[in-house]
Amino acid sequence: MAFLVPDRTIYSPWRAKEKLSSSLMVILLKAIMISGRTLGQGANSEAKMSPEFFKATSFCALSEEDYRSLGISKEGNVLVRTEFGEVVVSAKKDVGLPLGVIFIPMGPWANAVVGPETGGCGTPQFKGVEAEVEETKMRVKDVRELFADLKRMGGEAS
Amino acid sequence: MAEDVLCPFCGCLCDDIKVEVENDQIVGVKRACKLGSSKIRGHERTKAPMVRKDEELVETSYEEAYDRAAKILKDAKRPLLYGWCSTVCETHKKGILLAEEVGGVIDSTATVCHGPSIIGIEEKGLAGSTLGQIKNRADLIVFWGANPAEAHPRHTLRYSSNSTGMFTPDGRKGRKVIVVDVRETRTAKNADKFLLIKPGTDYEVISALRMIVAGKGEIVPEKVAGVAKSDLEEAAEMMKAARFGAILFGLGMTHSRGRYKNVDNALSLVADLNGFTKFVVMAMRGHYNVAGFGQVCAWETGFPMSVDFSRGAPYFNPGETAACDLLAKREADAMMVVAADPVSNFPRATVEGMAEIPVIQIDPFPNPTTLLADVVIPSAVCGVEAEGTAYRMDGLSLRMKKVVDSPYPTDEAIIQNILDRVRRLGDDN
Repeated sequence: MAFLVPDRTIYSPWRAKEKLSSSLMVILLKAIMISGRTLGQGANSEAKMSPEFFKATSFCALSEEDYRSLGISKEGNVLVRTEFGEVVVSAKKDVGLPLGVIFIPMGPWANAVVGPETGGCGTPQFKGVEAEVEETKMRVKDVRELFADLKRMGGEAS
Repeated sequence: MAEDVLCPFCGCLCDDIKVEVENDQIVGVKRACKLGSSKIRGHERTKAPMVRKDEELVETSYEEAYDRAAKILKDAKRPLLYGWCSTVCETHKKGILLAEEVGGVIDSTATVCHGPSIIGIEEKGLAGSTLGQIKNRADLIVFWGANPAEAHPRHTLRYSSNSTGMFTPDGRKGRKVIVVDVRETRTAKNADKFLLIKPGTDYEVISALRMIVAGKGEIVPEKVAGVAKSDLEEAAEMMKAARFGAILFGLGMTHSRGRYKNVDNALSLVADLNGFTKFVVMAMRGHYNVAGFGQVCAWETGFPMSVDFSRGAPYFNPGETAACDLLAKREADAMMVVAADPVSNFPRATVEGMAEIPVIQIDPFPNPTTLLADVVIPSAVCGVEAEGTAYRMDGLSLRMKKVVDSPYPTDEAIIQNILDRVRRLGDDN
């Protein structure tokens, strides 16, 4: 878990009353995760085993300021953790995102951190999940690796 | 060249696509967006039927695959038949018969998409219209939690904000556009008025707008969910001043806190606005025929999705009979997936429920659901290799064309084959 050091701290933009000083580094960002469609995700949605789909959906977009605050290196990865799970994805800047909101395209990487509860209406809450984000040196799993641990138990139907 | 081909991708169901065909192969696609063009041009296919043996998928015949699928469904106590968004209504009809035959639950991808919209509409009623009416008449478009620039790329030009119609000859210049979202999307950049709201606050913002529209703005605080009251007042004034307004909402409303209650409240806002002017509302449906499943299921069973046949009569209670609930609670003991990819699109804990049960997949393309499937049956691509009926997002039914021949059977033929075998297994017992 996170710990505080003099120039690196935990920061929760939604709860903070003042803007973070640009010189302050953050080791763990508390954010709200939303997922959604993108052109790249849609164009490859019938080719989900392809490298193009991997590239189009295994990233997390952050606001420029959050990206800078986390000190993410060029082409760096982030670990996104929620109460439902965690996933490593590559990091991108998105000038359209406000502070403290992160976006992962809909797909297996986003759904690794979404909960199953449907609130009585059948639909999980794919948007607005409280998340923690930190830079990581871990690599992004490909789609087969994401599901490799799901042991087949129901296969023998013959 | 095949003319006026319908696009089998999103709920826009664009009907003006040109497809160049040489030697029964597609060599070019014109007018379609990036999403539609990509699908019509084609991707890697599942080459042959497969069944899982010793934890590996091995190729087999269609006959054996049908036999295996029928036995899985017949042996199950609570089979779930899920998907149906990227296939035609003729398949839906067979699928509902199959669900009834095996006493299972049939559910569509609407339950992870606009299912809450359908529940909201059931609660409140809908002031609806066709896309043609919006194109020809609307002078105010409100995109709420919707980003057509990425999800429905031709919507704005063909049907909404940037289209030119009979009474809207000036196109975008003659219209006002409001966008409400939690981030500044490409759609928001096209707006006259953009309201940036905090995630999960749609209900509050709609309620504030309803108060202002009703002339009770004095009880609205100076800021609502990060939006200044003055901005809300301006948006409400634009809505009341419109001659014909349309709220087009997306998954920002149905996937966020509040879910169907957000939709319920938005429909009430539209009802309120109809006290001042003409206003309509529409869900921006995702896959090209997810709306069609709702239509077929409603006329066959009385309910639009999540229909349980285990009691002998159709029973509908999303939250209990929806696919995600059945899997997360480990109730389903077998699953058939048709024209969808739940392993990608369901939460991880829900997918874990699929890993514990036999899974049958019917789909033209390999995808993560294939990784957990025990029987894989490749099919023709509807709208490219097979014809049939589909419903656009506004409820207009259109006929999908067959453009090229396919070595694969149609979804409809596959379901019929499985249904025949299930019935024979029943006779044997």
